[in-house]
Amino acid sequence: MAGKTLYDKLWDDHLVKQRDDGSALIYIDRQLLHEVTSPQAFEGLRLANRAPWRIDANLATPDHNVPTTDRAKGIEGIVDPVSRIQVETLGKNCDEFGILEFKIMDKRQGIVHVIGPEQGATLPGMTIVCGDSHTSTHGAFGCLAHGIGTSEVEHVLATQCLVQQKMKNMLVKVDGKLGIGVTAKDVVLAIIGKIGTAGGTGHAIEFGGEVLQNMSMEGRMTVCNMAIEAGARVGMVAVDGTTIDYVKGRPFSPTGENWDAAVKHWRTLHSDLNAEFDKVVELDGSAIMPQVSWGTSPEMVADVTGNVPDPAKEEDPIKREGIERALKYMGLEANQAITDIKLDRVFIGSCTNSRIEDLREAAAVVKGRKVADSLMQAMVVPGSGLVKAQAEEEGLDRIFLDAGLEWRDPGCSMCLAMNADKLGQGEHCASTSNRNFEGRQGFGGRTHLVSPAMAAAAAIAGHFVDVRELLN
Amino acid sequence: MRAFTQHQGLVAPMDRSNVDTDMIIPKQFLKSIKRTGFGPNLFDELRYLDEGKPDQDSSQRPLNPDFVLNQSRYKGASVLLARSNFGCGSSREHAPWALDDYGFRVIIAPSFADIFYNNCFKNGLLPIVLEEKAVDQLFEEAEVSEGYQLTVDLEAKTVITPSGESFGFDVDDFRRHCLLNGLDDIGVTLEDAELIKSYENQRRKTAPWLFGAGQ
Repeated sequence: MAGKTLYDKLWDDHLVKQRDDGSALIYIDRQLLHEVTSPQAFEGLRLANRAPWRIDANLATPDHNVPTTDRAKGIEGIVDPVSRIQVETLGKNCDEFGILEFKIMDKRQGIVHVIGPEQGATLPGMTIVCGDSHTSTHGAFGCLAHGIGTSEVEHVLATQCLVQQKMKNMLVKVDGKLGIGVTAKDVVLAIIGKIGTAGGTGHAIEFGGEVLQNMSMEGRMTVCNMAIEAGARVGMVAVDGTTIDYVKGRPFSPTGENWDAAVKHWRTLHSDLNAEFDKVVELDGSAIMPQVSWGTSPEMVADVTGNVPDPAKEEDPIKREGIERALKYMGLEANQAITDIKLDRVFIGSCTNSRIEDLREAAAVVKGRKVADSLMQAMVVPGSGLVKAQAEEEGLDRIFLDAGLEWRDPGCSMCLAMNADKLGQGEHCASTSNRNFEGRQGFGGRTHLVSPAMAAAAAIAGHFVDVRELLN
Repeated sequence: MRAFTQHQGLVAPMDRSNVDTDMIIPKQFLKSIKRTGFGPNLFDELRYLDEGKPDQDSSQRPLNPDFVLNQSRYKGASVLLARSNFGCGSSREHAPWALDDYGFRVIIAPSFADIFYNNCFKNGLLPIVLEEKAVDQLFEEAEVSEGYQLTVDLEAKTVITPSGESFGFDVDDFRRHCLLNGLDDIGVTLEDAELIKSYENQRRKTAPWLFGAGQ
């Protein structure tokens, strides 16, 4: 008999009821809440006169709408009244139902997918949901974690369960060793470039192989974060010593006997050697180069040493039209060298790349250098108040400021431009975020997805440049 | 939730793959704390020539004449014909809310993104997956004949063209059952409250670290 995959184990562990019609009730250990996708869920609870099932399974923080400047003013600092109401509404809802919230002035406030792991609120083996598609991030800890819609946020609040259909198993194996200057972000962009934005649809992806085994937790979070950009709601990495070391000693992590029992269980959270996957994709990690997205979908990526594609060479008519449309929106020419793309702004941040390691990676590149005069703005937005504090303790803020980058307060910021940080029409941005969709970072804005190191290098040069040249 | 059994309606063909949720409803409209009122901003950046802002009267804005829903022949469409990977991107339920508020009841595509697909069912909106070849055929027919309508029967799991041709589709039984009967699935889940409690009590013993440790 075939063994179990990590996904099979997590599923079985949380199965409350298998229904005859193929659907199942799955128990949810943790729900993270933010201001954008929760107000209608709380309102639904009130209208149906229902109470949350288990208060202590929830953790909330405002992140999408918060400003990244003038934070001393608290909620009053949110200029847009509609944004302010949303943040206030989260506060009122959490207060009313007794849910723990890291409010805007709390130093633990940050992007939900940064603070969960940081606090130990994300523990291996958990089922974790949030009304945000990048909840796949938490799969880095051997969790079954995925984004849900607002109706399901309400469902989990009311029942602590979700109705699910079991997904298929997919393994993405990256072996070999990454070259210098090649990061987790490049790995996941290369994966999406290979399998496409629908390559993982209907599947739970486990990322494995030598590259993932050697990767830090921050790196694994970056990879799992973007599973959804490959169409998979769930991305996971097996638990190992790196995972357990990261979790130890965090505020919500177990201690004493509970810790020992937990570790014993966590050690089982990997796919069995004889587990069978429905789909397997393999990549050679040593062949991955720094990546840059040129189009309006995360699968539209190229090596930094490469060129923008030529639609005339694409045989599939739908794909050809997609490339043509993307080039037009992005204001790029077919066959143009990636390094000839000039930039207007640089954004280092988001739930993909705003953790301490990401900031160190960027700081190492800009240290002792200056941001190009041609750039309108280069900003660094740490993922949480605690990441910000640690970066300042390490002197990273000084490195960024001396180089001419802005050092901001934590939040989602320009990843989706719900706050005041956004691109102007036609502006090109080297961004460490996760989506290059049309208008994502601002009306008519043009996003290029890159790693923190590549974004930092682009800030110095004013156009894309192979970061490996700056590291030599 | 509004029940869905049968629907007959005008078809609007949106010939573009990978339509993402930012395209369906841009982020500036996610600041609302309500579930309704998103219709005027459905496909905002494709539909209008200017930048949309929340709380603005969209009836006064300049329309993009090239956008399919702005063509008079598709006015009142309630069946959206789309290409592969429709609804990719974020988990925002504002996307199905906007489609519903605009007046769509059915979306037909060769494939959908998982979260979007699931969100539709929570809002009485039926996403139908048909084979690429069938979708190609429907695109051709809808573009050629003005006033082209499709009839969708969820009970029979069929899409029927004006000429009487029928395409079968799959939908899982639980979702179909909830949609046919307009069920509140929280209520359905709470019928198993005792089972959830007993699972939870068992987990408190076997994995106590999952319950409030450190909080």
